[in-house]
Amino acid sequence: MVPLWMFLAVAAALFSIGVFGVLARRNAVAILMSVELMLNAVNINLVAFWRYSETGTDLLLNGYVFTAFVLIVAAAEAAVGLAIIITVYRNRRSVIPEEARALKG
Amino acid sequence: MELNAISIGFVVFTIFTLGGAIGVVTTRNLFQGTIWLMVSLFGVAGYFILLSAPFLAAVQILVYIGAIAILITFAVMLTRSIARIKERYIRLLPSFIGSLALFLILLLGVTVPIFGAHAPDSIPDYVASTRDLGAALVDENGYVVPFLLASVLLTAAMIGAIFIARDETA
Repeated sequence: MVPLWMFLAVAAALFSIGVFGVLARRNAVAILMSVELMLNAVNINLVAFWRYSETGTDLLLNGYVFTAFVLIVAAAEAAVGLAIIITVYRNRRSVIPEEARALKG
Repeated sequence: MELNAISIGFVVFTIFTLGGAIGVVTTRNLFQGTIWLMVSLFGVAGYFILLSAPFLAAVQILVYIGAIAILITFAVMLTRSIARIKERYIRLLPSFIGSLALFLILLLGVTVPIFGAHAPDSIPDYVASTRDLGAALVDENGYVVPFLLASVLLTAAMIGAIFIARDETA
């Protein structure tokens, strides 16, 4: 069986790639895709810790259920985020986050 | 790590996940970026199979590859302004150095037991099945309250997305 730290190392690499995409990309859709990568890295961590934890006699489902809820929140986040991006694009003809500063004081 | 089906699968899914992720953050064409995102999410679904969570792998493929990636594809097609964006990146060097430093810190944290003992290399034989998950989701001592809250959240997100993206001039 693959040891736990290898899953965690892959999740760390995936999270770092997502951080790089969020910080460096200019297109808002690309930034949202990078956020999805980071959420997936967290999911790998949650499932790996759940699988490798000693349960004893009673069943522990915390990691499993938490991952399912992260999936649900990610779906909601993608729907609302893409709706905001499309609205900003319709008003400003731009998908660059720095150009959407109508709310800036 | 001995050579068996699980370790070979781990290597293959690692190539899928990290290769797809690098494709997402480096590709110029966002439509290709969506394809790379699907490859990466497929690799993550493979990890869920290796970690004996087949339900999560199925949900990952249905929700992420089936719904979110298609949604992102629609958003890419609806916001075509690739000609206006001259450069792909801003703050390229600081972002790269920062994320590389973050990766090294995380790698140190997961390989060197600074904050506690190592996790056991052996894993429990018995693992909760999808049937246990379904029972726990509707158990009043389990997760029934977050389950109901998740349905409320999904409804609110759906109404909000329709309301935000509505064309007010039409």
